[in-house]
Amino acid sequence: MELLSNLGLGFSVALTPLSLFLAVVGCFMGTIIGALPGLGPSNGVAILIPLSFSLGLDATSALVLLTSVYYGAMYGGRISSILLNIPGDEPALMTTLDGYPMAKAGRAGDALVLSGVASFVGGFFATIGLMVLAPLLARAAYFFGPSEYFALYLLAFTTLGGITSKNQAKALIAACIGLGIAMIGLDNTTGMPRFTFGNLHLMDGVDFLVAIVGLFAIAEVFFFIESHGLNSAIGVKVDKVTIPLRDIIKSGWTMARSTVIGFLAGVLPGAGASLGSFMAYAAEKSIAGPSGSFGKGDPRGIAAPEAGNNAAAAGALVPMLTLGVPGSGTTAVLLALLMTLNITPGPTLFADKPEVVWGLIASLFIANVVLLIMNVPMVKIFVKILSVPAWVLLPGVTMISFVGIYSLTGSYFDLLLMIAFGAAGYFLRKLEVPTVPIIMGILLGGHMEDSLRRSMVISGGDWTHLFNSSISIGLWVAAIGGLVAPLFLRRLVKRPVPHAMDLED
Amino acid sequence: MASDRIFGLVVIAVALAFIASALAMQTSFLTDPVGSKTFPLIIGGVALLASFVVVLKPDADPVWPGVETFLRLGFALSVLIGYAYALKPMGFLIPTAIAAGVLSYQITPRRGPALLTGLGLSGGLYVLFKFGLGLGLVGLPKAIFG
Repeated sequence: MELLSNLGLGFSVALTPLSLFLAVVGCFMGTIIGALPGLGPSNGVAILIPLSFSLGLDATSALVLLTSVYYGAMYGGRISSILLNIPGDEPALMTTLDGYPMAKAGRAGDALVLSGVASFVGGFFATIGLMVLAPLLARAAYFFGPSEYFALYLLAFTTLGGITSKNQAKALIAACIGLGIAMIGLDNTTGMPRFTFGNLHLMDGVDFLVAIVGLFAIAEVFFFIESHGLNSAIGVKVDKVTIPLRDIIKSGWTMARSTVIGFLAGVLPGAGASLGSFMAYAAEKSIAGPSGSFGKGDPRGIAAPEAGNNAAAAGALVPMLTLGVPGSGTTAVLLALLMTLNITPGPTLFADKPEVVWGLIASLFIANVVLLIMNVPMVKIFVKILSVPAWVLLPGVTMISFVGIYSLTGSYFDLLLMIAFGAAGYFLRKLEVPTVPIIMGILLGGHMEDSLRRSMVISGGDWTHLFNSSISIGLWVAAIGGLVAPLFLRRLVKRPVPHAMDLED
Repeated sequence: MASDRIFGLVVIAVALAFIASALAMQTSFLTDPVGSKTFPLIIGGVALLASFVVVLKPDADPVWPGVETFLRLGFALSVLIGYAYALKPMGFLIPTAIAAGVLSYQITPRRGPALLTGLGLSGGLYVLFKFGLGLGLVGLPKAIFG
């Protein structure tokens, strides 16, 4: 009953005309952002944060807008996977495997509708899962002291490095780069400047929005210049859009199973939507066995990754909201948004600001319904928008990024810093160094150090205090396991990767 | 191979500089058991270890673009830097038109579309930001209007 009354509170916040309007706008923009190759949920949300902030939206409205963009981008990613054989973002990678063959066989419309429905099923039911699980986890999080939080942050970094990246050492380096950048500025505890080299601009530290927009959006421009904006022509035709009922019914169980798998993958800190769609696809492929035509346009091969990645998108919000530890690149960006709005995620968020949490959950339900409507009957509009050429799109993205950061701080120094992050992002991604741990490091570095120092203040400098409870020991074991286990598992599980893609989810 | 080795060495150098800088940091009379230095030292240490691994076990080289592409990337970079400096004194419209046009030309080298992109984005985004979203942008250089 408590759940229902909370949800009622949420809907009373989310059903105001302004929120509904923002949800529709957010879903629309998100679908476009997701559909355009090269722009994923992380860079989409990243370039919109400074703008929504300078628009003066209140916390709930900004959250509604940007989570709608987040969900929209998860839906939209599949459009370019199916039509161009290029994933719009990394989680949509698996959808190319069966989506593009199906489209080439003349069933592009069917593939789009089926994947839209699968996205809805995954997103909707996983949001219910979020609603049930998050308050429970928030209650458990009250048992977390500074030393448990320190171990939890460690877990987020090591699983992010272990599961999602190819090279743990590089992921660790990335995390250290981020943490190191977080150390720049005044020390919270003593008030002494650190690593500022006497530069006044650096006294406040490096704004994480500058880093995010630089690494995600500006770096993308360099990639497009390198590739001459190739690969953006639609290879298949969308004739008429019908609803392939038989395929939808046939893949019902697939969607159900993939939703569960995706949600669980999303809840794991540091795993995120890419893992969700990958695991859902792999599971369905092995369940279908030789009877399936996976890889050649099997409808289940489209339903599974789409249900999986949208479920994971909701699942990734669980650790982000309850513990303040993001599960993926995009949730890291959403965490940045919350921090910009002066909202500290964590167990207290559920008690102190129920209207924010439940308004967010209600708006996720609304976003899913809006997206189903947009993505099934109106899918052709997005197909048209996909034909915006890169030579208009990318300069546009750059200019919006500049205006966003400039309107936030009004300082040319931050613009230069953003460009520097963009150039660094280009080289790092070339070298297959993941950029998400950098963002997480910048976001969480201060908190991680604070929890370490607080825990040492409590114990009077006794380092064994870090392992004083069973929760923290469990987290340490999981953290070390998360870093080491993939070394052995990698031989067992081979990722079927059709393109060399290194976009973040 | 070589790329990763160079990257690893660069990280080692930066990590050492970071550690040195942390050790040289002034401490305040207000201290806690951990102090301002310890956490940066841990970070530097982990980075050092991880970069040794990268140097010793490098991945295969990525496909680097040719010299010409690098020059174009460098040019785009300098245009962006110039844009960052120009935005305040020159107003939004003129620098944006130039920067957007140049970037467009860098992605697909055709003059006409690039010119249109520059003008269109500059005007369109100005209207959108200024009147649609109500941001306080300055359109033209202040000097013109005094």
